[in-house]
Amino acid sequence: MLQRLFSFKGGVKPQTHKTPSVQEPIAIAPLPSRLYVPLHQSIGGAANPLVEVGERVRKGQVIGGADAWLSAAAHASTSGTVLAIEEHLAAHPSGLPTLSVVIEPDGRDEWVERTPLDHRSLPPEQVREALRDAGVVGLGGAVFPSHAKLTTAAGVAVEELVINGAECEPYMSCDDVLMRERAEEIVRGIAIFRDLLAARQVLIGIEDNKPEAVAAMQQAVEQVGEDYQVVAVPTRYPAGGAKQLIRVLTGKEVPASKRSTELGVQCFNVATVYSAYRALAFGEPVISRIVTLAGNLERPRNWEVRLGTPLRDLLALGRPKADTDRYLMGGPMMGFALPSLDAPVVKASNCIIAASPTMFAPSPPEMPCIRCGACAEVCPHELQPFELYWFSRARNFGKTQEYHLFDCIECGCCSYVCPSHIPLVQYFRFAKSEIWSREREKNGADAAKARFELRNAREEREQAEKAARLAKGAAARAAEKQARAVVAVEPATADSAADSAADSAVSVASPPLKPVDAPAPVAAIAPASPAPPEAPAPELDAEAIKKATIVAAMERARAQRAAVQPRNTDQLTVEQKRQLAAVDARRAALQAEELEEAAERGAARASVETPKQVEKQGRTAE
Amino acid sequence: MMDFSTPPYLLQERISVRRVMVQVLLALLPGVAAYVWLIGPGIVVQLVIATLTALAGEALMLGLRRKPLALFLSDGSAIVTAWLIALSFPPLAPWWLIVVGTLLAIVVAKHLYGGLGQNPFNPAMVAFAACIVSFPALMSQWPALGLKLGFLEQLQIIAGLAPRIDVMSGATPLDALKTALKLSDGSIDVPTLLATQEVFGNFAGRGWEWVAGGYLLGGLYLWQRKLISWHAPFGFILGLSLLAAALWAWNPQQFANPLFHLFSGGALLGAFFIVTDPVSGCTTPKGKLIFGLLAGLLAYIIRVFGGFPDGVAFAVLLMNLCVPLIDMYSQPPVFGLKDEP
Repeated sequence: MLQRLFSFKGGVKPQTHKTPSVQEPIAIAPLPSRLYVPLHQSIGGAANPLVEVGERVRKGQVIGGADAWLSAAAHASTSGTVLAIEEHLAAHPSGLPTLSVVIEPDGRDEWVERTPLDHRSLPPEQVREALRDAGVVGLGGAVFPSHAKLTTAAGVAVEELVINGAECEPYMSCDDVLMRERAEEIVRGIAIFRDLLAARQVLIGIEDNKPEAVAAMQQAVEQVGEDYQVVAVPTRYPAGGAKQLIRVLTGKEVPASKRSTELGVQCFNVATVYSAYRALAFGEPVISRIVTLAGNLERPRNWEVRLGTPLRDLLALGRPKADTDRYLMGGPMMGFALPSLDAPVVKASNCIIAASPTMFAPSPPEMPCIRCGACAEVCPHELQPFELYWFSRARNFGKTQEYHLFDCIECGCCSYVCPSHIPLVQYFRFAKSEIWSREREKNGADAAKARFELRNAREEREQAEKAARLAKGAAARAAEKQARAVVAVEPATADSAADSAADSAVSVASPPLKPVDAPAPVAAIAPASPAPPEAPAPELDAEAIKKATIVAAMERARAQRAAVQPRNTDQLTVEQKRQLAAVDARRAALQAEELEEAAERGAARASVETPKQVEKQGRTAE
Repeated sequence: MMDFSTPPYLLQERISVRRVMVQVLLALLPGVAAYVWLIGPGIVVQLVIATLTALAGEALMLGLRRKPLALFLSDGSAIVTAWLIALSFPPLAPWWLIVVGTLLAIVVAKHLYGGLGQNPFNPAMVAFAACIVSFPALMSQWPALGLKLGFLEQLQIIAGLAPRIDVMSGATPLDALKTALKLSDGSIDVPTLLATQEVFGNFAGRGWEWVAGGYLLGGLYLWQRKLISWHAPFGFILGLSLLAAALWAWNPQQFANPLFHLFSGGALLGAFFIVTDPVSGCTTPKGKLIFGLLAGLLAYIIRVFGGFPDGVAFAVLLMNLCVPLIDMYSQPPVFGLKDEP
C-alpha cells in the first residue's frame, strides 16, 4: 500500500556526509577507567542522588531517582564503586558543571537484578512509571522524558503514531545503523507506545537516503507480523524534525501552542523506542546509547557507548586527525561546540563531530540584512525570519511574539542560506531567553506585589481589631456604668450592646443602650460550625473565616512564589546550590513563623474573649 | 582553547551579498549588449562614470560612517545602483549629470538612510526622479535616430567637448508618441504614428525594443537562478499591461497597445531590476505581487497622463512608501496556524 505523502515548506539540502560512518557495524565502546554519570540528563527536574560515596553499585542500579513527574531516573552504566558525587563538566554549550556520580568500574560489569515487564499485563500508569524509572527519554537529542508524552489529550484519539527514523542532520548515522542492525527490537518496542496511546496507525518515517534501514525495518515489520508502514520520505533537512515528519506523513501541522496529541498524533525517535523495549522486555534501563563518531577522523564509526564515558576516551577510538580544532555534539546544523572533552557521553549525545577549519569554514563577517527573503523561503515553519531578526535586534520582543517567534524550532535553515551571513538563530535564541527572563521577573514582581498587599491588609486588619478591642472595652465600661446607674435595665441587654459594639468598629458611635439582639444575625453567617458551649460561637466562627482567608491568601502567594522559577538554576555549582538551599530554608522558616503568628493571634483573641465571657457569666449569675 | 562559534556550522557554499550582486550585474549584460549594439557604445562610458562615482561616493560615506571599507565596498551593491542609473538616464547625458545622479543615489538615498539594507527608497529611482525634476531638458534629450555616432563622437558629447544641440533633437519613443498625439489634437491616430514615424520599430521604439528584450532575458535568468521571485515582475507587467489593454481596447486610435508599453521606456528594466529590489520592496509573496501590480498601474498612468516621459521611477518611489503597510497586511500564515483568522 502506498502511503500518501505531504510536504513541508522550506528546508535545505546540505551535503549529508553520512557514508563514512556507516561502513562498519556498531561496535561496543570499551569500558573507561572512570564514568561520570550526570544526574540531570533530561528535560525537567534533575534526578536526586540515591547512592553514597564509597557505595558499590551494580550495572543498571538506580543512582538518581526521578525528581518529579517530568524527570527521568539515572543509572549506573557498569558495576563498580562510587568515588564521588560531585560537580563535573557537562556536555552543554555553557561549559558549566552538573552534579555527577563518578564511578570506578570493577570490570565485572555485573547487572543489578533485572525484572522484565509485559506492558500488556500492566495498567498504563505503571508502564509509564516503569519507563520513567528506566530513564527512557527522547534519544533523538531533545531528551524529553518519554513517559510524559504517552498520555492522550482529553477527547482526542491518537490516529497516527509516527516513529522517527528520518535522521536529517548531516554526518549523523546512529539511527541509521540502529535500524539496520536492531530493527526487530525497534518494531517490537513500537507496540509499547502504540498500546499506551491506543494509536490506530503506526507510520515509520525514514529519509530515502537510507535504503538499507528502510529495507531492514520493512523486513522486521513483516517478520514480527505488524501492520506498521515503513515510509521513505524525501531527504530534505529538517525532515527529521518531529513536526516536519508528522506533517510529511500525516499532513497535520502542529503549532508551538499545541501538543501533538491534541491533533491526534504523537512522535518518537527509533532509538527511544529501542531503549523502551530494552527497558520493559529485558528490564535494562537506559545505560548506553549509539553515538556516531564522524568528521575529521581516521576511523568514523558508530559506537554503543556507556553513558558517562568521557568524550576524550570515546574520541580516541575514532583517532582525530591532526588539524582537528574543535568537536561538536549533535549535527552541524543544530549542534554545539563542546567546551571540553572532559565532558561525558549523555543521553543527548547522538553524534560527536571532529571539525577542522577546512570542514566548517569560519562564517564570513556579518553583513546588514538586505531583506532578500531567502530565509523566509527555507523556513520550515513558514516564519519571516528577517522580520524576527529586525525585531530581535531592536529588542522589540512584543513584535517578535506577534511574528510567532516561539514557533521557531531553531533548525538553522535561515542562517544556512543567509547571503549576509547573519547568525539568525542566535538572535532568536537571544530574544526567546530575554522574553523568558522578563516573564520570570514579572511573575516575581507579581508575587512581591501580592505579598505587599497581603501585609498591608494584615496591618490594616490588626489596627481595626485593636480599635475594636478598645471600643469594646470602652463600651463595656460605659455599659457597666449605665447598668449601675439605671437599675431598671436588664444587665444582659447592656452586655449585648457591648458585644455588638465589638462586632463592628463603627458601632462605637452607636448609642450604648440601643436594645439589639446581636448574637442571632452573626450566628446566621456561620450556622454550620460547631459551637463549643463555653465559648461565644459566632465570634469564633467569624474568626475562623478570617483565619481561613488569611491562610488561603498566603497559600496563593506561596503558589505564586513557587511558580516563579529562579533564573539560571539548571547549571549551578555545589556552593551556589548550598546557598540556594539556605535561602529556601530561611524563607520556609519565615513562612512558618507567619503562619504561627496568625494562629497565635487567633488564639490570643480567643483568650481575650474568655475573661469577658467569664465576667459575663459572673454577671448573669449576679 | 576551544572554539565557541555558533550553529549552524555548515553554511551554504557560494552564497553572499556580493555573489547576489554579481549575478544581477550579469543579468544586465544582455540589455547592455543590445544597448551598445543598437544605440551606441557611449553607454559603456556612462557605465564606467557611474561605477567610479558610486564607488567613490560609497567609500566617502563608509569613511564618514566609520564602517569597514573593504567589506562594504566589495559587496557590489553600489555598482548595481550605478548601472541602473546609467541605463535609465539618456544615453548621451553629460558626464556631470550621471555623477550628480549617482551621488544622489549613493550618498543621499542610500547612506544618509543608513547604508546597505536600510534605504526605504530605491536609490537609482531617487536619482532619476531628482534629476528629471531638476534638469528636465537634459533628461529628455535623447539622440536623434538615424544618427549613428562613433565611440569617439559619443565620448566627446558626454564629456561636453562637442555641441549637443545638433544631435540631441530626439526624444524617447514614449515621449515622441505623447507629443505627436498632443500636437495633432486628434487628427492623427496611434497606429498611423507607429507605422510611419522613424522612431518606432517593429512593436515599440526602434532599437530600444531589443534593449528591453535584453532586460527581459536577464530578468528570466535571475528568476531561474531563484535570485528573484516571479511575484513582483509578474505583478508589474500585469498592472501595466492590464491598464494598457483596457484603454487600448476602448480606444485604439488614442492609446498604444500593451506590447508597445511593455517594451518602451523603463518598463522591463523596472519589472526585473527595480521592483525586485529586496531592500526597498515588499518582502512577502503576496506583498510583492501587490507592490508590482500597483507600481505597474501607476507607471502607466504617469507615463500616459502625466507630464514626464516615463512613469516607472515615480511609480516605484510611491510604492516604496507603501511597503510597510502592504507587508503588514500580507503576512503569510505560519506552520500549524493556517486555520486561525
